[in-house]
Amino acid sequence: MPRTPQDYDDIPGTFVFDAERSREGYGINMFCMSLMKEANRKAFKADEPEYLKRFPLTAEQREAILERDYNRMLELGGNIYFTAKLGATDGHSFQHLAAVMTGATQEDYAKMMLAGGRSVEGNRSKSGRDKPKAKTRSKARSRRG
Amino acid sequence: MANIIAGVASSHVPAIGAAIDNKRTEEPYWKRVFSGFERSKQWMATTKPDVAIVVYNDHASAFSVELIPTFALGCAAEFPPADEGWGPRPVPVVKGHPALASHIAQSVILDEFDLTIVNKMEVDHGLTVPLNLLFGSPREWPCRVIPLAVNVVMYPPPTGHRCYMLGRAIRKAVESYPEDLKVVMFGTGGMSHQISGPRAGLINSKFDKAFLDNLSKDPAKLTRIPHLEYMREAGAEGIEMVMWLIMRGALDAKVEEVYRFYTVPASNTAVGHIILENRGRTAGKRAGARKGGGERRRQAAARRGGERIASKARR
Repeated sequence: MPRTPQDYDDIPGTFVFDAERSREGYGINMFCMSLMKEANRKAFKADEPEYLKRFPLTAEQREAILERDYNRMLELGGNIYFTAKLGATDGHSFQHLAAVMTGATQEDYAKMMLAGGRSVEGNRSKSGRDKPKAKTRSKARSRRG
Repeated sequence: MANIIAGVASSHVPAIGAAIDNKRTEEPYWKRVFSGFERSKQWMATTKPDVAIVVYNDHASAFSVELIPTFALGCAAEFPPADEGWGPRPVPVVKGHPALASHIAQSVILDEFDLTIVNKMEVDHGLTVPLNLLFGSPREWPCRVIPLAVNVVMYPPPTGHRCYMLGRAIRKAVESYPEDLKVVMFGTGGMSHQISGPRAGLINSKFDKAFLDNLSKDPAKLTRIPHLEYMREAGAEGIEMVMWLIMRGALDAKVEEVYRFYTVPASNTAVGHIILENRGRTAGKRAGARKGGGERRRQAAARRGGERIASKARR
């Protein structure tokens, strides 16, 4: 079943962890949560595909985990606070993960942050419906809720 | 009677906690962040609250995806620091105030805010980092702490308006508690940041500064910001800022801004911080009450209108 379209799908480079993704990604997130325990981290590292059998995952979700495709994990219902635990299990800093997700080297990503971060200009909207808050518009939006 | 005397907002970036725990606060990168809280620590040391109500969010520590409460109020006597994967932070166990917390629960649930009651919970950096920033690193936290965990991890979090109204209900509850207690309300999280997906690293200082201005002067305006705008303008995780509105809702319409600090970045996040005092406290009770009463009536009327619109639009 295709995902229900949402207004926030228009935000570029963003997979909003909503109720639908939360349902679909339950297995991914429970797997990541299990990595909080040392014994589980060891079992996972010893045989990753075998360990993943303990969790309800689709073939796509398993593949995304095994390939450490972090954006795909988010798209398939993983949440960043959970997938970060997989990154930590691999011994990576959070900044490393952030760089991976943005397709930058960690060094370039760190430089971007020091220089004030990624600008919102040009990063608001896929469709161009992003003219920032003209007064009448933001009122109309808030009524829609 | 217990009183909310001030509100404090602060980011709760985990890397700030790591910098404290690993004794890196004197490094230039971190000094820039910590120096912004020196005056705040002095203010807190002078203010000496009896209780801090800390609005924060859990980050897959106490709550996994098995249970996602929108508002969870900590009514326990103690809240140990959570193991977030590197062992628990070396910070004191947080001591609660079960009597005031359960009084708040009783009051706000009857005011139609359906809180989840938590009698056993560990607390993560979301709560302990702001305590460090305002109290430093003492052997014991100098006041009791009531945690209020808000879901901002799974979309949708509560609306800004809902948060603001919960803050008002909490204030009413606190003011009906018979014991004389000085209460400070913390709103934590934010400011602009996105830590997930290809757009990670987003910072929007313009949005943040306007948010701080309005938090101080025109919070009602902030209650109308739709979730889409938070995520678009301040990053997917910037939506945490709705939690600041619970703090703001617990204060007077007119407050005194005592202090503000803003810097970019700490790790992946813009750090914002503000201290707001309830004016009634300094301006004298009668003047404050008179002014406050009219303002409150005016606002209540506006809110009733707003609520009707909101309930229609949101079903």
